[in-house]
Amino acid sequence: MKKIYSIPELCINCGRCEVACKTAHSKSKNPVKAYKYESCPAPRIRVEGTNDFSFASNCRHCAKPLCVEACIAGAMQKDPETGVVFVDERRCVGCGTCVVTCPFGAVHVEQTAIKCDLCGSCQGQPGNPSCVAACPNRALVYVESEDE
Amino acid sequence: MLDYVLPRYRVERDEALCIQCGVCERQCSNGVHDVDTELGKCFEKHSACVNCQRCVTMCPTGALTITRWPQVDNGTNNWNLEAQQEIAKQSQTGSVRLGSMGNPKPYPIYWDRLLLNASQVTNPSIDPLREPMETRVFLGSRPTVIKVNETTKTVETKMPPQLKLDVPVMFSAMSFGSISLNAQKALAIAARELGTYFNTGEGGLHRDLEQFGANCITQVASGRFGVDPHYLNAGSCIEIKIGQGAKPGIGGHLPGSKINAEVSRTRMIPEGTDAISPAPHHDIYSIEDLRQLIFSLKEATRYSKPIAVKIAAVHNVAAIASGCARAGADIIVVDGFRGGTGAAPIRTRDNVGIPLELALAAIDQRLRDEGIRSTVSVVAAGSVRHAADVVKAIALGADATYIASAAIIAFGCHQCQSCSSGTCNWGIATQRPDLTKRLNPEIAAERVINLVRAWNHEIQEIMGGMGINSIDSLRGNRLMLRGIGLSEKELQILGVQHAGE
Amino acid sequence: MTLLREGEVRIPAGCAISGIMDRSGGRHDGTDVLKSISLMHDRGNGLGGGFAAYGIYPDYKDLFAFHMLYETKDARLMAEAYLDEWFLIEKQEKIPTDYVRTIQNPPHIWRYFMVPHPIKLAESELDEAEYTMQRVFHINSHIDGAFVASSGKNMGAFKGVGYPEEIGEFYRIQDYKAWLWTAHNRFPTNTPGWWGGAHPFTLLNWSIVHNGEISSYDANRRYVEQFGYNCDLQTDTEVITYLFDLLIRRHGLSAETAAHIMTAPSWEEIDRMEPGLAAYESALRTVYSSALINGPFSVILGSEEGLLALNDRLKLRALMVAEKGDMVYLASEQAAIEVICPDAENMRSVEGGVPFVVELNEVAERKRREGVGTNVPVVEVPGAAITEVAATRTYQRGV
Repeated sequence: MKKIYSIPELCINCGRCEVACKTAHSKSKNPVKAYKYESCPAPRIRVEGTNDFSFASNCRHCAKPLCVEACIAGAMQKDPETGVVFVDERRCVGCGTCVVTCPFGAVHVEQTAIKCDLCGSCQGQPGNPSCVAACPNRALVYVESEDE
Repeated sequence: MLDYVLPRYRVERDEALCIQCGVCERQCSNGVHDVDTELGKCFEKHSACVNCQRCVTMCPTGALTITRWPQVDNGTNNWNLEAQQEIAKQSQTGSVRLGSMGNPKPYPIYWDRLLLNASQVTNPSIDPLREPMETRVFLGSRPTVIKVNETTKTVETKMPPQLKLDVPVMFSAMSFGSISLNAQKALAIAARELGTYFNTGEGGLHRDLEQFGANCITQVASGRFGVDPHYLNAGSCIEIKIGQGAKPGIGGHLPGSKINAEVSRTRMIPEGTDAISPAPHHDIYSIEDLRQLIFSLKEATRYSKPIAVKIAAVHNVAAIASGCARAGADIIVVDGFRGGTGAAPIRTRDNVGIPLELALAAIDQRLRDEGIRSTVSVVAAGSVRHAADVVKAIALGADATYIASAAIIAFGCHQCQSCSSGTCNWGIATQRPDLTKRLNPEIAAERVINLVRAWNHEIQEIMGGMGINSIDSLRGNRLMLRGIGLSEKELQILGVQHAGE
Repeated sequence: MTLLREGEVRIPAGCAISGIMDRSGGRHDGTDVLKSISLMHDRGNGLGGGFAAYGIYPDYKDLFAFHMLYETKDARLMAEAYLDEWFLIEKQEKIPTDYVRTIQNPPHIWRYFMVPHPIKLAESELDEAEYTMQRVFHINSHIDGAFVASSGKNMGAFKGVGYPEEIGEFYRIQDYKAWLWTAHNRFPTNTPGWWGGAHPFTLLNWSIVHNGEISSYDANRRYVEQFGYNCDLQTDTEVITYLFDLLIRRHGLSAETAAHIMTAPSWEEIDRMEPGLAAYESALRTVYSSALINGPFSVILGSEEGLLALNDRLKLRALMVAEKGDMVYLASEQAAIEVICPDAENMRSVEGGVPFVVELNEVAERKRREGVGTNVPVVEVPGAAITEVAATRTYQRGV
């Protein structure tokens, strides 16, 4: 499957990916409204580090996802065809087990668990990730994964 | 001491648009922005702003604008605010004022006083989409007469080495040290892709860029940094830099803070030491010395590469150019006073030298008067801003042009003229790793390739309009130019008629 | 207001051209060429017509024949004094003309048969062609009201303001017999009607008739001016003549190669050639880049060896050619050939950028025997000495 990779040598710690993520998952798709007026969830991608060394971190859509294994409600699932790890929000009870089990810190809980959905239009389907498009330095790439 | 220096710029933040994402704060190496998420407020240190517009460009909501500092002066044209501020700065520091890029003063820009011609009725224009439209140029010296065997179609005269340019634009000298390796690498990639050349400047050739040797001009300047036989043979041409348009008569000084391990290795000087290029070459005090250096370099490269000599446009530039040609230079580069630099004393930058247009016209005419124009190539440098400037330069008499400012503007440079600070937010004129990584060479190369390809299309369109389908027929074709609003003397020097004549 | 003349201003012009040549060297009077050019009456506007003829002065074939146009008697006296100083004049006379109603105020037209003054020639250290050329330039630039219409041997130009049929009648060209005739009918867009500005343009044995307007003019002009050619008339024809003179007479190249240089193959074509040929073509294009001619043109170059016809690379001007036995006909329009030779064979258009060469049979025979081989330049051009030194150093010590 195609995955988002961060290239630390090119990451410039600007955080535009975060803004793009939050905007893409807002109702208005407008960054100003998303941040100031809508109650939309926090970005699913986070830039870690400092200007000297940074990288953007988000869900790795693992081959054997610990979050899926640990989910007590069966809300966290991996689409068997696309490989996308996603949350079924109707089932999620917000217990936070996934947050604890994720080795990358890529999930957080607001009302339900929130994580990267690859900007797909429906659950389990990948789309065109907005963080990749927003990266000014091509530090984020969306390419076929080799690790499966 | 109380600081008398006023800010130059004021950062305007539109609170209605600001989402306090902090991109501006993290992207500003000058510490202008302070996004305090605890207070939920942003603060700006206006005096630190250099107007590089990194924050303006990067802000995801377009909330930032840089304006002039609104302080009025006292209304005098003489002791205006700028003049007073220069005194304030120098009275506090006691130092020579340093600036960057080319002469910014409002001297006439002759490119904008020259108009181009087009065919009507008596002579058809040519459609570049239908007919071949040649922009290939060769640079190098050549004999006046050639001996050939017309029966066997073979050349008997040994042709001197030539540089082949598919576009009449090359990238002029910017050294590794003054610009980042990423910036130079982007130019190298672009040069290879475009079929033209980049220039190492006086900074040696980094080992990662040796693979681009076929598209590289290696420079030899007064500091001789990075020069050894391997370096001389690594490129396709050697350029002896005598002068630079932005600072004629002045050497260079790259502060030790920019001499990191890579720069040190490439320049062959100790890490952390200042790299000082003397004002003159201390082995060239006269024209005969130049000839010796030219032929030393030819010997060192077994006569396989053309030797260029780059001179700044100064008052008697035509005679100097002629001297260079007679000293054995294959290519003469003339650099006008609007040509850029990483650092120059402001007084020199703003007051020494002459416009490229006049220098180029004078050189071309002088070489023709002496009957040697066809034996040597002339390259025009020093603020060539767009395709029309290229066309005008060639019509005035250049074989090709050099661009540097235009190329780095394509990278993202906003001409803030603060290169010498070493904190270039665009990752161009800096060696700080957190900043240099901002310039992804792949993206930067694409931008420059796009730029030059676009220019080349425009050049072809303009040539087609003139009824010319080879750039050879544009070179020195001053009938294609008319002056507008110029004095008799200016017209005479440029060798053009006035519009309407 | 007085209109500026050729030389004071650059005047674009359209035109018609014709050429007739007998390869066997047989001489024919001007009737046919007159008929041919007259048919293309509408391609001119009565502001210029003219003829060049080769082989017309067999009795003086070793002497330079100067056709001179004088506006005033003073001009003639000054020019004659100058000629007297630099040449030994064997014969001088008025060129016979007829009254033609439409031709107003013709200049005084004289011809001189001369050899260069031997002592002056020796002192100048020039060959007689170079010596004579410099005298022509001097008269045209410095003697007000005098103009050298032609300066070759056993040839001459007959030109003036009017339609070519009027000019032909005026000069009585049916009285001359030539093995090569070329003719020109001019359509200048703006000219006061100056006899010197009419075509053919000539220099020494070269004559050129040209139809077109070249866009490379100033690049070509500023190139040849480096080598002492004064482009006083600012016409395309003049600069093309000088290019031919430079490449053929001074650089020793064949007319065909000279024409090839002016209409060089494109780089795209050169890139497809095998390396040896590509090197040859690249060298020619590089050394002679400023001799490339751009823009529409068709020219017929006349010389003592024959004629050469050439069209621009894109073939933007018409030029037809046909043959009949030893006769070769060229004209801007097919009808202008058919009117004089209805059964002409092999009628075709001259290809763009491909020189069409017709040589006298005896010349062709000689060249076949001797071969073309390597050119022998006779240049003594300013700056050459220095570049030669540089050249020796640069090229011969190479790898």
